[in-house]
Amino acid sequence: MSIISLDRAEMRFEKLHVLKGISLTLGEGEVLGLFGHNGAGKTTTIKLILGLLKPCKGSVRVLGMDPASKEFRSARQQIGFLQENVSFYDQLTGYEVLRYFARLKGVDNKQCQSLLEELGLDHACYRKVRTYSKGMRQRLGLAQAMLGNPKLLLLDEPTVGLDPVATRAFYQSVQRLKERGCTVVLCSHALPGVEQYIDRAAILGHGQLLAQGDIEQLRNQANLPLELVLQGSGIENALPEALRALISHQEAGRVVIQAGLEEKLTLWKQAVSIEGLEDFQWRLPSLEDLYNHFCRQEESSCAVS
Amino acid sequence: MRSILIVASKEFLDGVRNRWIIAIAVALALMAIGLSYFGAAASGFVGFTSVSTTVASLASLAVVVIPLIALLLSYDSLVGEAENGTLLLLLTYPLTRTQLLLGKWLGQGGILVLATLAGFGSAALVMGLFASKASWQEVIPAFSILILSTCLLGWVFIAMGYMLSARVAEKSKAAGMALLLWLLFVLVFDLGLLGVLVATEGRINQELFPWLLLLNPTDVFRLLNLRFMSDGVVVNGLMATVGSAGFSTGFLLSVLVGWLMLLTAGAVWLFKGRSI
Repeated sequence: MSIISLDRAEMRFEKLHVLKGISLTLGEGEVLGLFGHNGAGKTTTIKLILGLLKPCKGSVRVLGMDPASKEFRSARQQIGFLQENVSFYDQLTGYEVLRYFARLKGVDNKQCQSLLEELGLDHACYRKVRTYSKGMRQRLGLAQAMLGNPKLLLLDEPTVGLDPVATRAFYQSVQRLKERGCTVVLCSHALPGVEQYIDRAAILGHGQLLAQGDIEQLRNQANLPLELVLQGSGIENALPEALRALISHQEAGRVVIQAGLEEKLTLWKQAVSIEGLEDFQWRLPSLEDLYNHFCRQEESSCAVS
Repeated sequence: MRSILIVASKEFLDGVRNRWIIAIAVALALMAIGLSYFGAAASGFVGFTSVSTTVASLASLAVVVIPLIALLLSYDSLVGEAENGTLLLLLTYPLTRTQLLLGKWLGQGGILVLATLAGFGSAALVMGLFASKASWQEVIPAFSILILSTCLLGWVFIAMGYMLSARVAEKSKAAGMALLLWLLFVLVFDLGLLGVLVATEGRINQELFPWLLLLNPTDVFRLLNLRFMSDGVVVNGLMATVGSAGFSTGFLLSVLVGWLMLLTAGAVWLFKGRSI
C-alpha cells in the first residue's frame, strides 16, 4: 500500500494557481526530499497531505484515506509534522510542551523523556522554552514530530537553525525511523548533504513537478556533464588532443575536464594513460546542480512562453 | 471529550502559572471587602453596610472589570497560537477546531470561575461572619446570583474574545479591537441608549426600552443584580430608567446563557472558516 498518493492534485487560492496537477506516490519506509524555491508549492503540498487543505481537482490519499475526511482524524496519530519556525509555548518547559503534545496524541509520557535524550535536550528539558536557542526549539519540534513512532513524518525545513553536529544527529534519527518503516517527506532549502539521506527527490517550480526520481534518474534526466579533475605537474601540457578540447578550467598542475555521463569510461581510459598524472577525481552533478538545472530550465521555458 | 480536557487543563495551568488567577482573585477580594466595609463612606458611615448596598457596589465593579479581564484572557488565544506556529501543528493532531476552542473556553472559563469564587466568595464570608446588618439568609442568595452572573458575564466576554481572535490575523490588532469591544459594551452602548432617550424626550416606547437592554450582556448582568437592591440603594444611569423591568431572575440568566451560546457558536463558526 502506498503511504502517500497524489493524483493530479490541483490547488487554487482565488486567482492564484498554486499547484497545477501534482502526481506523486510514496511507499513505506521511503524518504522523499521535496525541493523548490519559495512559493513553489511545497507547503501547500504538505498541507494537502495533512488534510488541512482540500485539492480543487485531483485526489490525495494518505494511509489509504482522504486526509481531509472525518475518518482520517484517528489516523493523525500515525503522522508526525514539523513546520518551519515553530516557537512553542514560552511559559512552559521543554518537557511540558512535549508532554502536552504527547497527551493529545495519546502517547505515553515515557517516550517524551527518551526523545528528549535522543535529540540532546535532556539537560534542558526542565528549562522554560523562552530560554531555548533557535536550534533547541527546532530539536524540540523534531521530538514533537517523532512522538508515537509515526508511520509518516512530514518535515518542513527541519534543519534550519541546527549546527552541523545537530544536523547530522537529526538525519541519523530520520534514518532510524526509516529503518522502522517510517515514510518521510523532507522539505528543505539546504540541499548540500541531503542527498545521502533521501531515496528520492521531487523538484517543484511554480506549482509544477519539474522532476522526480532517485539521484541517478535525475542525473540521467538532466544529462548534465560530469567533471574530471586531473592533477600532476605539467599535466596541462601532457593532455591528449581529445581531452584538451574538453577542458573547462585549467591552472598550473590542475585541469578540469567536462564531458557527458556516457563518456565516463572512455575518459577514464584516456586519463590513466597520461604521463605525469598524480591524482584524479570524478565530480558527478550534485543534487544542488540538478536542482539549479531544473529550475533554470523551467524559468527559461516560462520566459519563452 | 478527552482532547477538550487536555487543552482545558493546559490553559488552566497556564493561567495559574501566569498568576492570572491569583492577581484577579486578590484584586477582586480586596475591592470586594473594601467596598463592603467602606461602601457607605460617602454618607459618613464606615463599617459593614447592608447586603444590597455591597452587592450593588460589587456589581458595578464587576460590570467594568470582568469583561476587561475576560477579553484580556481570550483575545490572543487563537491568533497567538497562529503567530507562534502552534495552531497549524495542533490541527495536525487528532483534535478538531471545535474541540480546541471548547478546551480553551473551559480552561480560561475555569480561571475566571476560581478567581470570582475566591474574590467575591471571601467578601460573602466576611459579610456573613462579621457584618451585624447581614444575615446568612440574605448573603447567600444575593452573592450566589452575583457570583453566577459574574461567571456568566465573564464567559460571554471570553467567547467574544474568541470570535475576535478567530477573525483577525495579528495579535496587536486583536488587542486593539478587544479594547474597543470593552468600551462599546461597558460604556458606549449605555451612553447611546441614554442619548436616544434624551433626544426623543422619552417618547420612545416605554415597553420596548427595557428589551433593548438585553442586547448588551453587561446590562443583563446589571438588571440581574438590581433585583437585590430593595432598601433604598441609589441606582443611577440607565438602570434608573428601567428598574428591574419586570424580568425574572431565571429569564435574565437564560438571556446571559443565550448570549454565551450564540457567541460560542459564532466563535466556532469563525474559527472553522479561518484559513491556516
